[in-house]
Amino acid sequence: MAHTDSSPLIRAIYTDDDVVLSAVKTLREKGMKIKEVYSPFPIHGLDKALGLKETRIAMAAFIYGLFGLTVAITLTAYTMNFDWPQNIGGKPSMTWGMNMPAFVPILFELTVFFAAHLMVWTFMIINGLYPGAKEQNPDPRTTDDHFMIEVHAVKGAVDVLKASGAKEISEA
Amino acid sequence: MLNTMFVFTSKAKILAVSLTLVGLIMLLIGFNTSIAQNSDQSHAEVSHAGDSHAGDSHGGHEDHGVANRPWSAFLVNTIFFLGIGLGTLFFLAIQYAAQAGWSAGILRVMEAVSLFVIVPILGLLFLAITGSMHQHHIWHWMQEGIMDPLSSNYDSLIAGKEAYLNAPFFILRTIIYLIIWGGAAYLFRRNSLREDRLPSGQNLFFTQRKLGAVFIVLYAVTSSTSAWDFIMSIDAHWFSTLFGWYTFAGMFVTSLTVLNLLVIYLRIGGYLPWVNSNHQHDLGKFMFAFSVFWTYLWFSQYMLIWYSNIPEETPYYLARFGEYKLLFITMVVLNFIMPILVLMSRDAKRIAGFIGLAAVFVLAGHWMDHYIMIMPGSVGYNYGFGWVEIGGFLFYAGIFIYIVLHNLSSAPLLMKNHAMIHESKLFHQ
Repeated sequence: MAHTDSSPLIRAIYTDDDVVLSAVKTLREKGMKIKEVYSPFPIHGLDKALGLKETRIAMAAFIYGLFGLTVAITLTAYTMNFDWPQNIGGKPSMTWGMNMPAFVPILFELTVFFAAHLMVWTFMIINGLYPGAKEQNPDPRTTDDHFMIEVHAVKGAVDVLKASGAKEISEA
Repeated sequence: MLNTMFVFTSKAKILAVSLTLVGLIMLLIGFNTSIAQNSDQSHAEVSHAGDSHAGDSHGGHEDHGVANRPWSAFLVNTIFFLGIGLGTLFFLAIQYAAQAGWSAGILRVMEAVSLFVIVPILGLLFLAITGSMHQHHIWHWMQEGIMDPLSSNYDSLIAGKEAYLNAPFFILRTIIYLIIWGGAAYLFRRNSLREDRLPSGQNLFFTQRKLGAVFIVLYAVTSSTSAWDFIMSIDAHWFSTLFGWYTFAGMFVTSLTVLNLLVIYLRIGGYLPWVNSNHQHDLGKFMFAFSVFWTYLWFSQYMLIWYSNIPEETPYYLARFGEYKLLFITMVVLNFIMPILVLMSRDAKRIAGFIGLAAVFVLAGHWMDHYIMIMPGSVGYNYGFGWVEIGGFLFYAGIFIYIVLHNLSSAPLLMKNHAMIHESKLFHQ
């Protein structure tokens, strides 16, 4: 995450997602800075408990969708009406407007295609998940059945983590 | 649990009753003017006999336009309000069949609306019986002699459909719908009230689930056949295999919109404290999604007919792109573009003002959609917007308000023993 604090980290392993969620709440109440939480699956309500900023991916998706729609209109108009006008099924094909109903599936598909693909790529790049990116997961068990909370070390942190239900605590 | 009982204030009662009365008076005025106009017209027709009727290829269809107008307008409002009750009943059945947890806190609101379904079915029964008695010919195939090869009114295409399109079977089907839909609404409500009195509600929860599953199957058939009966058979030559679904989609989005408005109304009044913006968000999502679903079906039906361009299918849209073009285009804008723009963002679905704004567009749009489905085939160019259209709407709206608020006030707004109440209270996103 965006913390630039370079103080040493403490890693606590948990074995239950509900415990992680309540631990995150208590740690934040005690004023500890959480660097990252690792989990094998999305935990419902964790983003709110961590106080993360609201995502702007929805706005991006809308703009990508509009872009896809524009591409589709340009594509159909250029190929079917301008470059090589085609008369298919006896439809009056000289203007884009009169042909529009036939193009609606294309408009729809390309809008969805651009919105979905560009949204995924944006998500990947923002989160540093592009091919060849260095792996950031400190413990492979968090991809299976364990959870980890990384906090910036402060005095008494270990006790608080233990009290919150951590099974293992290590300092890095 | 301070606010579990809804209070049906005398102010609301007066509003509901006066809406019904005003509507009724407007309907009577409309019907009387129409009868007066019609007798004028028939005098005129007598004087022109011979020349104006000689080339009439419509089988006497358009002649009845003026006479049909008040009845058609009444049918438009009946179908519109039928959609509200029926869609809610279907939604209620889904909640049980799917064992939905999030919605348990608003099931009582759905019950209150779904019981209303009986009123518009009685309206349909009234129209079916008066139609078969030749008081009106909204349903073109009900005309005298249309199935009789010796009559001048004979229409061989319609005569071929006689096995399905005949008055006794038509009335019988209407009664079957009354029994299935009204019966299901009654049973859901009865079991739900009985559950409140039990020490634990598990058995009845499963009874309700079975009832929901059975109703969905019956509804799948009856929603299609009823759409053919009451709406598609107006244009008896024309048919669309998608029509049942198309009608269903319109009805369902109307009912979801009304459900949204009711929940907002109750929350503003301080009821339903267990319903929060997460539940509201989900209701808003349903409204948004089914607006798009309706558009998808509307377009699917339109594009296939436009593209194949065969003479037995295109007249339906020729009428709608002729006399009715402005209404037709406005209706699509109201039902598709407006809800998409207003409700697309996540935050908008959580704000009552945005839901309300979209609801106005959707309700107006779907009223117009039903108008455009019914009017061109039954009255042709003799359409308008006057006493009967507004009166019919007010008449049903008054009854709707009275019945729904009465049902809401007659039982606690929160079920006592429903298995999913706890899950509904904890629901979040």
